[in-house]
Amino acid sequence: MVAAPPAEGAARLRPAERRGRAPGGRRPGGARRSALPRGGGGGGGARLGAVGPEEAGLPQGAGRGLSGRVAARRRSDGGPGREGAAPWGGEAGSGAEGLGVAGAVSGRSEPACGPQEGTAGAGAGLAGPWSLGCGPGEAEAGPTSRLGALRRPTFASPRFPRQGWEEPAGTAPGRETMPYLGSEDVVKELKKALCNPHVQADRLRYRNVIQRVIRMPKLDQWGQAEVLNFLLRYQPRSEEELFDILNLLDSFLKSSSPGVVMGATKLFLILAKKFPHVQTDVLVQVKGPLLAACSSESRELCFAALCHVRQILHSLPGHFSSHYKKFFCSYSEPHYIKLQKVEVLCELVNDENVQQVLEELRGYCTDVSADFAQAAIFAIGGIARTYTDQCVQILTELLGLRQEHITTVVVQTFRDLVWLCPQCTEAVCQALPGCEENIQDSEGKQALIWLLGVHGERIPNAPYVLEDFVENVKSETFPAVKMELLTALLRLFLCRPAECQDMLGRLLHYCIEEEKDMAVRDRGLFYYRLLLAGIDEVKRILCSPKSDPSLGLLEDQAERPVNSWASDFNTLVPVYGKARWAAISKYQGAEHRGPELPNTASFASSGPLIPEEHKETVQEPDSGALMLVPNCQLTAEYFEKTWFSLKVAHQQVFPWKGAVHPDTLQMALQVVNIQTIAMSRAGAHPWKAYLSAQDDTGCLFLTELLLEPENSEMQISVKQNEPRTETLNGFISVLETVLGTIGDIKS
Amino acid sequence: MISQFFILSSKGDPLIYKDFRGDSGGRDVAELFYRKLTGLPGDESPVVMHHDDRHFIHIRHSGLYLVATTSENISPFSLLELLSRLATLLGDYCGSLSEGTISRNVALVYELLDEVLDYGYVQTTSMEMLRNFIQTEAVVSKPFSLFDLSSVGLFGAETQQSKVAPSTAASRPVLASRSDQSQKNEVFLDVVERLSVLIASNGSLLKVDVQGEIRLKSFLPSGSGEKSQGGAWDRQLLSAVYGGIWQPFLTFFPLTEMRIGLTEEFCVGKSELRGYGPGIRVDEVSFHSSVLLEEFESHRILRLQPPQGELTVMRYQLSDDLPSPLPFRLFPSVQWDRGSGRLQVYLKLRCDLPPKSQALNVRLHLPLPRGVVSLSQELSGPEQKAELGEGALRWDLPRVQGGSQLSGLFQMDVPGLPGPPGQGHSTTAPLGLGPASLSFELPRHTCSGLQVRFLRLAFRPCGSTSPHKWVRHLSHSDAYVIRI
Repeated sequence: MVAAPPAEGAARLRPAERRGRAPGGRRPGGARRSALPRGGGGGGGARLGAVGPEEAGLPQGAGRGLSGRVAARRRSDGGPGREGAAPWGGEAGSGAEGLGVAGAVSGRSEPACGPQEGTAGAGAGLAGPWSLGCGPGEAEAGPTSRLGALRRPTFASPRFPRQGWEEPAGTAPGRETMPYLGSEDVVKELKKALCNPHVQADRLRYRNVIQRVIRMPKLDQWGQAEVLNFLLRYQPRSEEELFDILNLLDSFLKSSSPGVVMGATKLFLILAKKFPHVQTDVLVQVKGPLLAACSSESRELCFAALCHVRQILHSLPGHFSSHYKKFFCSYSEPHYIKLQKVEVLCELVNDENVQQVLEELRGYCTDVSADFAQAAIFAIGGIARTYTDQCVQILTELLGLRQEHITTVVVQTFRDLVWLCPQCTEAVCQALPGCEENIQDSEGKQALIWLLGVHGERIPNAPYVLEDFVENVKSETFPAVKMELLTALLRLFLCRPAECQDMLGRLLHYCIEEEKDMAVRDRGLFYYRLLLAGIDEVKRILCSPKSDPSLGLLEDQAERPVNSWASDFNTLVPVYGKARWAAISKYQGAEHRGPELPNTASFASSGPLIPEEHKETVQEPDSGALMLVPNCQLTAEYFEKTWFSLKVAHQQVFPWKGAVHPDTLQMALQVVNIQTIAMSRAGAHPWKAYLSAQDDTGCLFLTELLLEPENSEMQISVKQNEPRTETLNGFISVLETVLGTIGDIKS
Repeated sequence: MISQFFILSSKGDPLIYKDFRGDSGGRDVAELFYRKLTGLPGDESPVVMHHDDRHFIHIRHSGLYLVATTSENISPFSLLELLSRLATLLGDYCGSLSEGTISRNVALVYELLDEVLDYGYVQTTSMEMLRNFIQTEAVVSKPFSLFDLSSVGLFGAETQQSKVAPSTAASRPVLASRSDQSQKNEVFLDVVERLSVLIASNGSLLKVDVQGEIRLKSFLPSGSGEKSQGGAWDRQLLSAVYGGIWQPFLTFFPLTEMRIGLTEEFCVGKSELRGYGPGIRVDEVSFHSSVLLEEFESHRILRLQPPQGELTVMRYQLSDDLPSPLPFRLFPSVQWDRGSGRLQVYLKLRCDLPPKSQALNVRLHLPLPRGVVSLSQELSGPEQKAELGEGALRWDLPRVQGGSQLSGLFQMDVPGLPGPPGQGHSTTAPLGLGPASLSFELPRHTCSGLQVRFLRLAFRPCGSTSPHKWVRHLSHSDAYVIRI
């Protein structure tokens, strides 16, 4: 079929093919010996015949030949185990170039096989493990209708069976025939090739090098990890190519080496940054290996895996919920693993497992190690924000133990809880009496005094407990406790003046006359003068309304998008923890990770590899003059600050029916590069969300969505840090489109 | 990419130090590392530590610290894997990994490191490749010979000494020294399972998790393309041996590869059905990349060309659904009297193994409320031992026969035992008591039921020695927790 001489690459591969392994036991006969599609291998075979002739006239460059050759081989790798999945994922015929050549090559080397394969594969499904997941119509719409991807209609997962052994690496004869190249030499050679500007400039050559990198089967695990790390630098030029790469790399996700699996996961997450459903699917697939690593014999590996589990849980809460038992601690484990496990347990709790998890955590609270016991109590406090009643009950029981290290932490937990979940105040107030005997440390005392001051009117003996503290104030060593005592007593004085007046006077006298700590003295003087101004003034200042509790949303930073940490996956960042890493990199100063190529540090310096002319194919056409920058990450604090410093630039009401599905909305917004800073849980009343986006000129758009279900409308308030009407209108129209689409999907 | 690699003893003495890139610090980093490690605040993990622009990543292996430093933000998984692989390699070359063997073989270790890593990049870790380059021979403290064993007592195993090997038999250098002509061609195959179990206070099973591994350690000279010849006789010796002991098969086959036959009823996944019985079911399996699986589907045979040294052939996991009953059941009853501060715990331990099997080194660990002052005990057997330590009760049972039942009655005085108000007796456990955890070893027993049916090997005789193959099945507890 093809007149052109065999390409260099193909020629190189062929002898190797001949000295391939002895025929496998179950192969029917010598006629199908070469690396050709075997039965079942599917749809590709069917198309070979059809597309081949049309493409036959194409000039066949060296690279093309190789790609075709390898495409044929890869198809043969599929084998029966693949459930008829052709590795090429794109349904649209745009992959025809590669396919055509593949058909040509295979046709030439074994014409008799063509028709047979065609009939065999005709009915086979086209979808590979990774595919775009939209019908042909949507496929051509591609990036412009970016929301299309959200509909997840056909992104089927006719995935390989979960058992790794169905499709073992290296069993297919095709792979065996690759010439053996020492792993590190290959990597070096390819690195050289990829860094070569001539290769970069030539699209085909570049692509072929990438394909060769991917198809190196004889690499050991170190080589594979290196290659995966290296491929992070490559940005596919089209979606077909992207899914092509994903399909080729799919086997790495099943490797027995955790390093390779995690490397592949990271690559998948980064490549598929515009396809949240693919990312989710990858994370589902990596669940098994991660859980295996979490229960690995090597403590260190276990720790690293736990850190990554936590990272994933930030974005996909509930991802590991059904496996919560795997995160129960055993007494022989080292401290740092137990702490991580407790954190994980705290994050994956849901309605079904909350009972079991709490029971387990309660067991830890009486652990011999005080640190661990306290961590477990704090964890229960964290869960209490959602499941208040059960947790408060457990915490109250713990107070019965009358042990210092437990009581102090429980009281601190109560303090935080009362602030965040005011509905549990009553229960906490009932549990408090008697605690003061078992608290010796500063933190615990502060918490107790604060609780007594703020909710003193509900605790009958509050003035007497505080009186004890006032009596002993001279021997009190912590200034912070004295400050807290001053404030608390003043507050209690406002609601129970008769019982407190005398000791407030004594305390103020002591603080002003005898106290040596300046801060405490000044605070005492301040309150004294405040009292001189009259009791109404004191009330106005001390009991003025507290901050808006709904802003607490900003605190828990729910559900960060996968893309926000994908570049940190499989690095030291999750292992250190985000906060510590920030401190470290600030210390190191130099490290700058660009937003577009979020790779490891080694690559950051080498800059983007993609030649300029391909850049515009990567970027997407955008609506009007507005161009929102991806990966604009604001911290919640910065957002809050900016939000309060700006005026509302635009406000409008959008009709809305029913509840919101936060994850759908978040995903949709992310597709158009609007980041979610915080969002209420599904079904909350009123439902709120805070969004941020940045355009290419650096202008920030901060948005609040407020849904009040009874009005069946969504109120949108947008703030902008540079007043420019045209970009604002552009932004609002983008936002409206997203909300409109989401609303349509739901109704 | 690694900047430096070093090995410290458990006391922090540097044994090996190697700088690959010369880009950071000097030898004192080893000291720095140990100082950081010992001075670490309780809530930070020691796995990855940071100083200046350097990250320390280490693993602990047989009491040694294997540490790598790097200045890059690299993959922790790969690096930890590399360190473990290095530990295995060093163990293979030096016989076993310990302070003594490392300090005896410093030259060998450096040579090995030179070959494995170059400028901080991994070159190869495969035994096949490395053996061509490593010239130094391992120094072994005492030349090991299997036939010296006739005088060694093995766990009290009263069996034919010529047919078993002790569990330390595999602890010798993989590459036989060139002078030693009487080298053994041996293969050790371990099926090791780790069991983690959680049982609720009412006896219901909350969690079962089995992590299994098939590990192979080969001392066969492998490699080069000489013609294979061999006697075609196949003699299997001995099918039942005693605990913790290698079980030999003597076989000759004219094949160039190893075939490991697993139980035919071995099923993977929930849905697969094999054989007529309940089968042996595991949830997930993964294989080493060198394992060929053509015959796995049909006959459950794994084929591979065993490289020298240690190799994990297969890993599998099983949860929630154990075919055999759990090895141990604990029936606790607690009585305590708040008035007198007396706590009485009666523990009944039933071993549900088949009568012929036994469990070794059983130890029960029961955390007690704070302030326990005295312990009086009544145990059911003379060889048992119980004592207080670190706020917990420890009950040691050196050997528990299958089907047997043991009991212990423990009385303690706890002066300030906290509890619900009210005096008098109570049978509910006070807070702070339990949960009990058991640790044990089950030789010749796999909880999943997986067995190695046969181990066949084509061996090209060099010299007159015949290959010995030893198979061992072993389960041990990872976390076996019973709430009280």
